[in-house]
Amino acid sequence: MLGTAPPGVAMAKAKAPLRLGPAVEVVVIVTGALLTAAAIFSLFLLAIGHSPVRFFELVYIGGFGSSFSFQNTLRRAAPLILTGLAFAIPARIGLTMIGAEGALVIGALAAAALAVPIVTQGWPVALTLTAMALAAVFAGGLWTGFAGWLRHSRGVNETISTLLLAYIATAVLFFFVEGPLRDPGSANRPSTMPIGRDYMIGTLPGTNVHWGLVAGILCCIVLWLVMSRTTFGFAVRLSGGNPRAALAQGLPVGKLVVLCAAIAGGLAGLAGFFEVAAVHGQANAALVAGYGFTGILVAFLARQNPLAIIPVAILFGALAASGGLIQRRMGLPDASVLVLQGTIFVTLLAAETLYGRFKIFRPRGDER
Amino acid sequence: MVRTRFSRRSLLQTSAAGVAAAALPFGRARAQADLVIGAVYVGSKVDFGWNQAHAVAMDVIRNVPGVTVLEEENVPETDAVAQSMESMIQLDGANVILGTSFGYFDPFMIDLANRFPDVQFRHAAPLWDAARHPANLGSYFCYLNQAHYVNGVAAGLSSPTGRIGFVAAKPIPTVLSNINSVLLGARSVNPEATVQLIFTGDWSLPVREAEAANALVDAGCDVLTCHVDGPRVVIETAERRGVRSCGHNASQYELAPNGFITGAEYKWETIYRLYADAFAAGEALPNVVVGGYHNDMVQNTPYGAGATEAARQAADEAIAALRNNEPIYVGPLYDNRGNLVIDRPMDNLDPELDGMNFLLDGVIGSIT
Amino acid sequence: MDLTDSALFTVLVAMLGGAIRVSTPFLFVAVGECLTEKSGRINLGLEGNLVLGAMVAYATSFHTGEPWLGVLAAGVSGIFLGLIHGTLCSLPRVNDIAVGIAMMAFGTGLAFYFGRPYIQPPAPLLPSIPLGNWTGIPSLQRALEINPLFFVGIAVALLMSWFFRSTRWGLIVRTTGDSAPAAKAMGVNVDLVRILATASGGFLAGVGGSFLSLYYPGSWNEGLSSGQGLMAVALVIFARWDPIRCIWAAFLFGAAGAIGPAFQAIGITQGFYFFNAAPYILTLFILASSARSRSSAREAPGELSIVK
Repeated sequence: MLGTAPPGVAMAKAKAPLRLGPAVEVVVIVTGALLTAAAIFSLFLLAIGHSPVRFFELVYIGGFGSSFSFQNTLRRAAPLILTGLAFAIPARIGLTMIGAEGALVIGALAAAALAVPIVTQGWPVALTLTAMALAAVFAGGLWTGFAGWLRHSRGVNETISTLLLAYIATAVLFFFVEGPLRDPGSANRPSTMPIGRDYMIGTLPGTNVHWGLVAGILCCIVLWLVMSRTTFGFAVRLSGGNPRAALAQGLPVGKLVVLCAAIAGGLAGLAGFFEVAAVHGQANAALVAGYGFTGILVAFLARQNPLAIIPVAILFGALAASGGLIQRRMGLPDASVLVLQGTIFVTLLAAETLYGRFKIFRPRGDER
Repeated sequence: MVRTRFSRRSLLQTSAAGVAAAALPFGRARAQADLVIGAVYVGSKVDFGWNQAHAVAMDVIRNVPGVTVLEEENVPETDAVAQSMESMIQLDGANVILGTSFGYFDPFMIDLANRFPDVQFRHAAPLWDAARHPANLGSYFCYLNQAHYVNGVAAGLSSPTGRIGFVAAKPIPTVLSNINSVLLGARSVNPEATVQLIFTGDWSLPVREAEAANALVDAGCDVLTCHVDGPRVVIETAERRGVRSCGHNASQYELAPNGFITGAEYKWETIYRLYADAFAAGEALPNVVVGGYHNDMVQNTPYGAGATEAARQAADEAIAALRNNEPIYVGPLYDNRGNLVIDRPMDNLDPELDGMNFLLDGVIGSIT
Repeated sequence: MDLTDSALFTVLVAMLGGAIRVSTPFLFVAVGECLTEKSGRINLGLEGNLVLGAMVAYATSFHTGEPWLGVLAAGVSGIFLGLIHGTLCSLPRVNDIAVGIAMMAFGTGLAFYFGRPYIQPPAPLLPSIPLGNWTGIPSLQRALEINPLFFVGIAVALLMSWFFRSTRWGLIVRTTGDSAPAAKAMGVNVDLVRILATASGGFLAGVGGSFLSLYYPGSWNEGLSSGQGLMAVALVIFARWDPIRCIWAAFLFGAAGAIGPAFQAIGITQGFYFFNAAPYILTLFILASSARSRSSAREAPGELSIVK
């Protein structure tokens, strides 16, 4: 990591232009890992008597093979970009926060709860959606910010506290949608009052993909800039790499920890907002869909790099999108896609070890 | 609920199904095409419960000439279901889509039905309303509470103490109706009978279901029944504790050789066959197909060793009465907080019952 | 008054029974993870071991008619996943937390795929020992019907505590976990120690899974674990890497899990969502009120990525 380098030096390093070498290295290693995973999974398929060729053909058709398939992939990727970021940002300061699921749920609940009185009063659409988004970000931020505060002030490990808070968030959601906030019309599927079609965020022109995708990509770009180009980003990375050095330099490490945790919750809360405003139109139990947990893997495969999260989330989206086609055309159970995902993830993560081992990818002058 | 009593009535009179006036002639665009029917399940096809009941019924019509069955399992009630259904249409040419989970309907199936007017959508819950929903959408449902009423009758005469324990997932109308029907069935033969209720909070939590079953037995219940996705745990726990049990969703006869009384089972195949037949005859698919004992859409599992002779006789009589459309809910009925909730005899398929939000006097439990 | 007393008694007995019935899988996973983490690795994927172990145990018992063979097979399946995790994470720059989560997907995927034929048929289950006959109270007798694996789990935890404190190998594992350079200086093969610790932890988690499918609740289905493995891994942090405290943590969790159903059984039914969430709320509360950053940091293995 950056060690105890003085800020100026590190800043200059961070601002260095992109080097082609490492970029090519990433592509080669990731491709190689994907091919290896495909080979391993092919053995599994052959062992259970199915054709690997057919399988991967269907992955392509289902994930990218047509305009519909690609949109399907993108729609499934949209929430994962934000929850991936929600893991990656606090990871930079050394936090392992596995409870984005909870912040997503709380954010969505806050957005939906706020919408009920606003919509009935007939606020303008743009204002309503902005208020809902702010409520979601704020509520999600508070939820995991609390975990950051517990860590900072009470020394409570954030991995366990965020996991516990995720379970508690589910209980809170169920309590409210089945109790105080229940729409009496939502008989068998207890939900908050629907915000109504007019208030829902539409899709990108000419597509079937909602704006959550754009928001996610924007967040990736902004946070990439913040983390790599600003003093704040530098302070976060320094605190993550060497907290003692950071403290010695007078950085408010504790505050940064709480802030990063809150940012994570805000991002997950934003994902929750889009689930309400673009997908469900209300809050209900379906919000607990595992996006928060999948986001952890997305972040790791992207090596906590906000920009890399975008393609990784799309890979996840494609696998999910093609899963159904594989079930239908090959008669394979859903679990086979889970096995494939596990194989790909494990292989990609193991391939991390290859970085820096091939001399040809090293930039000139770097003879480590 | 805006749905008129009239349309419901007329449906009932035309045997198993009626043709709603709004229905479009099915398959006009593909008059000679095969029936490609896509079914989407929320859980595993082999869950020994709700989803398996549907999948088994689909297997029955799979062999009908000219019918192709597409299936997808483990599809959550999120954007994923919209994507899966659209994928069936876009990539596999499905012309009938069956959504078998409650949360699939609004907004996902409504949106899809609007976007694909040539495709017929049918959803397994009584939600469709000709006035509000597209004409190529519709509902089908088996009123399982009728079979639970029979469970209650048999349990009331098989239980030495008259205390029946009920493990339920969530306080939603379908579940509440099953609970209340068990109570009314039991009280029809034993006016002192009670139903003690424990909510686990979610559809599949085997450990908590076992804990709940044990807690009910410890509290003195000597018959257990349930409404959770997979009833196996509750039935087996009852058997191990030496108390009797009534099943749910599928046949659990063999799981409890000593204590099994009877169980409530769906007969989805009646409906799926009807769809296939209508298609073969070139007729429109009915928009609404609902029913119970009188039109062969529910059944009770054959009596097990736990059912006394008196219980079998009374249950048989109850079945005969239900076949005759004799009502289960006959007012005045009070809820367990003392409010009058039903003031007259209600038709067994009365839409008002679909919004049930009370527990009758005699049920020990609360819905919040 | 009498009613209150008997209601309180019911809840307490239910909590005792819950602690005994529900805690065992938590205990096995937590103690296994404790060993792994003491060596300086974290394996978040024990949920996969738990689920695969449950499936393998049930399938083995179904085919052989011998439930104890199922327990063993579950352990072996846990070793299999543990070895993959341990070996991969020995490669430089491979992140153990991430591999753990990926292995969770892999393990549950395998379990769900191969477990489909075993959801419906009954298999022979593990026996229990009736230890409460002397009480003469049926509910207490039931609560004290105890599966041998429960005692095995406690024995393993006690043994492991002794192992860490008093054996040379225990010292090696602890040193590996606290400082890899120091362990290397002692001539220890750090990677090998961690691979073995992860495989052993995997074994225990697999055995924990067998308890679910072969004893309580005693059948195999895809929702069987519902995240217990993940929670148990988190409990190790709660127990501050002490096997004995893992026992108490598992008890607490099991007992708190019984609160929801027990309250409803005695007629306290409002707010059941929060009673059902009692284990999580209680754990968080205890953590927040007892954790002191310095002491818990002192007890954490120094090499552990999650507390660095």
